[in-house]
Amino acid sequence: MSLLERVDAIIDRHGAEPSALIQVLLELQGELHWLPREALARVGERLVVPQSRIQRIATFYKAFSLVPKGRHEIHVCMGTACHVRGAGRVLDKVKELTGIAPGETDLELKFSLETVNCLGCCALGPVMEIDGKTHGKLGAEGAATVLESYE
Amino acid sequence: MTRIASPTELERIRAEVLAGRDPERPHVAVCVGTGCLATGARAVLAAFEAAIAEQGIDATVGVRGTGCHGFCERGPIVVIEPAEICYLQVKPEDVPELVRETLVEKRVVERLLYLDPRSGERVVRESDIPFYKHQKRLIFGPNRTIDPTSLEDYLAIGGFRALARALFKRTPEQVIEEVKAAGLRGRGGAGFPTGVKWGLAREAECEPGGRSSGASGASGKVVVVNCDEGDPGAYMDRSLMEGNPFCVLEGLTIGAYAIGASEGYIYVRQEYGLAVENVGRALRRLEEVGLLGDDVLGSGLSFRVKVHRGAGAFVCGEETALLLSLEGKPGEPRTRPPYPAVRGLFGRPTNINNVETWAAVPRIVSEGAAAFAAIGTAGSKGTKIFSLVGKITNTGLVEVPMGIPLREIVFEIGGGIPGGMRFKAVQTGGPSGGCIPESQLDLRVDFDELTRAGSMMGSGGLIVMDEETCMVDVARYFIEFLTDESCGKCAPCREGLRQMHRILTRITRGEGREGDLERLLELSALAKEVSLCALGGTAPNPFLSTYRYFREEYEAHVKEKRCPALACKALVRYVIDPARCTACLICMRKCPEGAIDGGKHRIHVIVQEKCTSCGTCLEVCPARFGAVRKISGVPVPPPPSEEERVIVRKKKAAAP
Repeated sequence: MSLLERVDAIIDRHGAEPSALIQVLLELQGELHWLPREALARVGERLVVPQSRIQRIATFYKAFSLVPKGRHEIHVCMGTACHVRGAGRVLDKVKELTGIAPGETDLELKFSLETVNCLGCCALGPVMEIDGKTHGKLGAEGAATVLESYE
Repeated sequence: MTRIASPTELERIRAEVLAGRDPERPHVAVCVGTGCLATGARAVLAAFEAAIAEQGIDATVGVRGTGCHGFCERGPIVVIEPAEICYLQVKPEDVPELVRETLVEKRVVERLLYLDPRSGERVVRESDIPFYKHQKRLIFGPNRTIDPTSLEDYLAIGGFRALARALFKRTPEQVIEEVKAAGLRGRGGAGFPTGVKWGLAREAECEPGGRSSGASGASGKVVVVNCDEGDPGAYMDRSLMEGNPFCVLEGLTIGAYAIGASEGYIYVRQEYGLAVENVGRALRRLEEVGLLGDDVLGSGLSFRVKVHRGAGAFVCGEETALLLSLEGKPGEPRTRPPYPAVRGLFGRPTNINNVETWAAVPRIVSEGAAAFAAIGTAGSKGTKIFSLVGKITNTGLVEVPMGIPLREIVFEIGGGIPGGMRFKAVQTGGPSGGCIPESQLDLRVDFDELTRAGSMMGSGGLIVMDEETCMVDVARYFIEFLTDESCGKCAPCREGLRQMHRILTRITRGEGREGDLERLLELSALAKEVSLCALGGTAPNPFLSTYRYFREEYEAHVKEKRCPALACKALVRYVIDPARCTACLICMRKCPEGAIDGGKHRIHVIVQEKCTSCGTCLEVCPARFGAVRKISGVPVPPPPSEEERVIVRKKKAAAP
């Protein structure tokens, strides 16, 4: 299926109305892991929403990315429970080893790094989630070991 | 199951479900809430299914995945009924033994039971574990007994009896009166009386020329479930939504009837995938059997519900922002009045309540207002679910009666602070809440007492902090969070918080100046006064409450460049105690900066010029040595001389 066909299929599922914009973008983001320009153009056309508003939504909400993501998406939890248990040291280590800051993707498209406000696994804090898999009770050294296991 | 077209049929089907169930039949409940899933519950559940089939007892033993039990610290949790034998931290490899011993031989496997650290004895039954014993689990309790995907399970515990009673035995006004009499206050944070809110929405008139909701062209009133649980460290809404979605939907439908709404929305935070899945499945099931949709239970009520996923914006937990987000717009709060009860989603009168509030409604209707109001304090009725997290032995979700002393939650239920540390504070109310110090531990937790102590109930996160938590850093952390989440509409919030964050960061780096604290107070007053919504209005609270109770920590940072909690990286140096170092080489090898000088039989020393205070050496130094420690505000002791650094090992010295 071509990109535009995939976009159309998503729009058809939600109904082509302006109020469906966020739900359509969420599903696009989920499938493609980012929001390519051509896809957004199609969404604007079919939902009759100007690009300025789409850009505003895509930058207001944290779930969206306007640049491609790496093969592995790292989410370091910075929730309060993880913070008091030393999440800052985990994040520092991940930044050092990947060479990227939160919101960035490395040049080889291996890792994308994001911080999240709470994954709700506070008992396991500090927590880091990579591609949906939770790694808990981490320290700086533990985080390094986890990262090494990703190709 | 066929369509349930009347209360009589509902009762008939319930009787059928119950008749097919033997309460004495053994069954295994594995918690598959998000916390336990993260520790491998899915594999444990699969292992049980396989092992039970292998033993050939699958006809006599049931297995179900349930919602969150609350004791997340010790997950995956397995409870074997009817004896309520509770096994903790179960691994798939333990399962064949559990099946053989407990289900076939009827013996308890001691090693996986809870070990009470006080008495040193094993506890068999889940409800006898001290963590559960002091709780009152009225709303959260059913989570552990039902499969959230099974309507039959929910019917078996009396589900939809309250809805039938409301629809056929009560007028909408009577339902609202009941909720008012129960004294239920909104569980999302502000604590507004729910019955009063419903009354306002019921009285509001739909504008004939009101904007319609796009293609569906629907008009009429709307009810919304707010499950945009954004407070870090709070996850009770998620656990209810995942673990007992039918209860939330029953409450919502009762609300729709009372208010006169025809449409409902469930707004779920983006990160909560399992909650979206479980509530979506529950919705479809209820539509199939006629408990949602047209002519609910044959009462004539027409009510449809949609699930809407959030897209990652903390401010959308605020009701006016949430409604704009539902319309597909950026979630920026607007001024109130008009309140959503008058002009809400697409201009239609709208009632929004939090998940926990909706989940309390069926109980109020079925048990009566008096039973609900019998629990709690004068101003706060019923029970409240808290998430007890941070530096606490028993992390998890706890449901307690309003008015319980904070000390009881932290020390009886939570088991106190791990690692022999001293308690310092409990942070309540989410990012815009406040910190309660040790001197206030006897405070009786309810809406009004928390506000009096300079904090708030919020959604019910209780984050415990110990002596290693720096209160200046905590304030900086929350202000950073709020700076990031400010929608940017009002200047004192957008710009003021940014300045506050800059100053607090400077202080934690040891670059605090005279006048910084005064400036912080000034910016706090401004944001409180001028911001439009609750986010900005309460944003300075983390600073104000830590300043109120822990002023000496601020002064130590600014004046002495010292972090008393040894937490602020820039103010802390790491040193190796020569008396404890055994020259084991571990920290030397692990130090990413190569900042540790030492060798075999040579006591290690941290080269301060190279050290970045990353903390790796402290983390890897084996606990039996405990040679690495942190210091702040005092000079680094001079390293031992080369002669003193040589370790002579007796055994090795004797070898040839």
